[in-house]
Amino acid sequence: MALDKNGIAKRIAREVADGMYVNLGIGIPTLVANFIPEGMDVVLQSENGLLGMGPFPIEGEEDADLINAGKQTITTLPGSVFFDSAMSFGMIRARKVDLTILGAMEVSENGDIANWKIPGKMVKGMGGAMDLVASAKNIIVAMQHCDKAGNSKLMPACGLPLTGVKCVKKIVTDLAVLEVRDGAFHLLERAPGVSVEEIISKTSGKLIINGEIPEVSI
Amino acid sequence: MPIYKVVKNAEEACLGISDGMTLMIGGFGLCGIPENSIAQLVKNGVKNLTCISNNAGVDDFGLGLLLQNRQIKKMISSYVGENAEFERQMLSGELEVELVPQGTLATRCMAAGYGMPVIYTPAGVGTEVAEGKEVRNFNGKDYLMEYAFDADYAIVKAWKGDTMGNLVFRATARNFNPLMAMAGKITIAEVEELVEPGELDPNMIHTPGIYVHRIFKGENYEKRIEQRTVRQ
Repeated sequence: MALDKNGIAKRIAREVADGMYVNLGIGIPTLVANFIPEGMDVVLQSENGLLGMGPFPIEGEEDADLINAGKQTITTLPGSVFFDSAMSFGMIRARKVDLTILGAMEVSENGDIANWKIPGKMVKGMGGAMDLVASAKNIIVAMQHCDKAGNSKLMPACGLPLTGVKCVKKIVTDLAVLEVRDGAFHLLERAPGVSVEEIISKTSGKLIINGEIPEVSI
Repeated sequence: MPIYKVVKNAEEACLGISDGMTLMIGGFGLCGIPENSIAQLVKNGVKNLTCISNNAGVDDFGLGLLLQNRQIKKMISSYVGENAEFERQMLSGELEVELVPQGTLATRCMAAGYGMPVIYTPAGVGTEVAEGKEVRNFNGKDYLMEYAFDADYAIVKAWKGDTMGNLVFRATARNFNPLMAMAGKITIAEVEELVEPGELDPNMIHTPGIYVHRIFKGENYEKRIEQRTVRQ
């Protein structure tokens, strides 16, 4: 069975280690926060200017001055700190943020990512995505393996306008966990009950399979 | 003569802003936007503005109010998704839009305030953002050269300020505000609380008043929330 959104988020949460500073993008990446194990100390960065992002406020305690990069009302935690947007991207550019998790429309076998623009459709902008992918130490992409028409999103080269080049390190999809290196996708794990053959047929970029591929355990 | 930067209200603060000027407007989404000054610009009816602001407001609030009134010629932003009128004007060609990565936008403001003509950033290397820009390699990594912004006026919103123009921001309403405050040829700050010199702890001031030319106490802040989310 393919992983659902929570399954993808749960699997990515296993990549998060104690003491990390992590930036979570909008969508599935946001869900990762729900699966960080109790007792693990992780500081979430919100690129509008906050380290130490807490959960949503309880009703009645929303603060218009306190939002995350998705413009949602949030809270702080003990040790939280605010800063301006230049410092926020300064710490990203200077590689102080350990892990960036974001969504994608396409990823290529050499780690290029496209996630901001579809020609002919309304262009909303790249926000902070280009800054994040250009500088992050470690980038994990959370996405569906195929688009709605069934076309592979893991491609030899991206067809859509790029957000960044040669930057994605790992991908967790509904079907598989893959590492991106040396110009190829390396299959690490498969979703429960999903065959290697299915992953091969749904990956259009270069795919390397070494030995037995274990199922994702979450 | 003591340094005294207080003006009466938004009307006095916005004197001199005229057609065709380039303005920086602080805020992230609707968080930390200079509500009083935007309302004043709508009232003044100045046109053909170039606005540097991370976002473009929503249809009936923030910079959306200036868009509705067709006062903006060009937007320089990183993300503009929440505004139907914006989309209509952009698709019809009435509105020019330059999309800039968010960190580049912030740092181009910062560079202006630090007196530096350019920055080098890796954001956008290998993408269409890099088209026509100088690329330089430092220590094995490519960087784009991006220019400091040049704005006639910067308009920011702070939480507290004193009569000398020193500013303190609150929570994530800080965002672009201190950067833009440093970057305008003339900087206007509207504040929720205006106090006397000495009332703000010098250790806690975010923007030194030297960067601020006009300050006033804003009124009737709506502080609209764009995405109200609560714990289940």
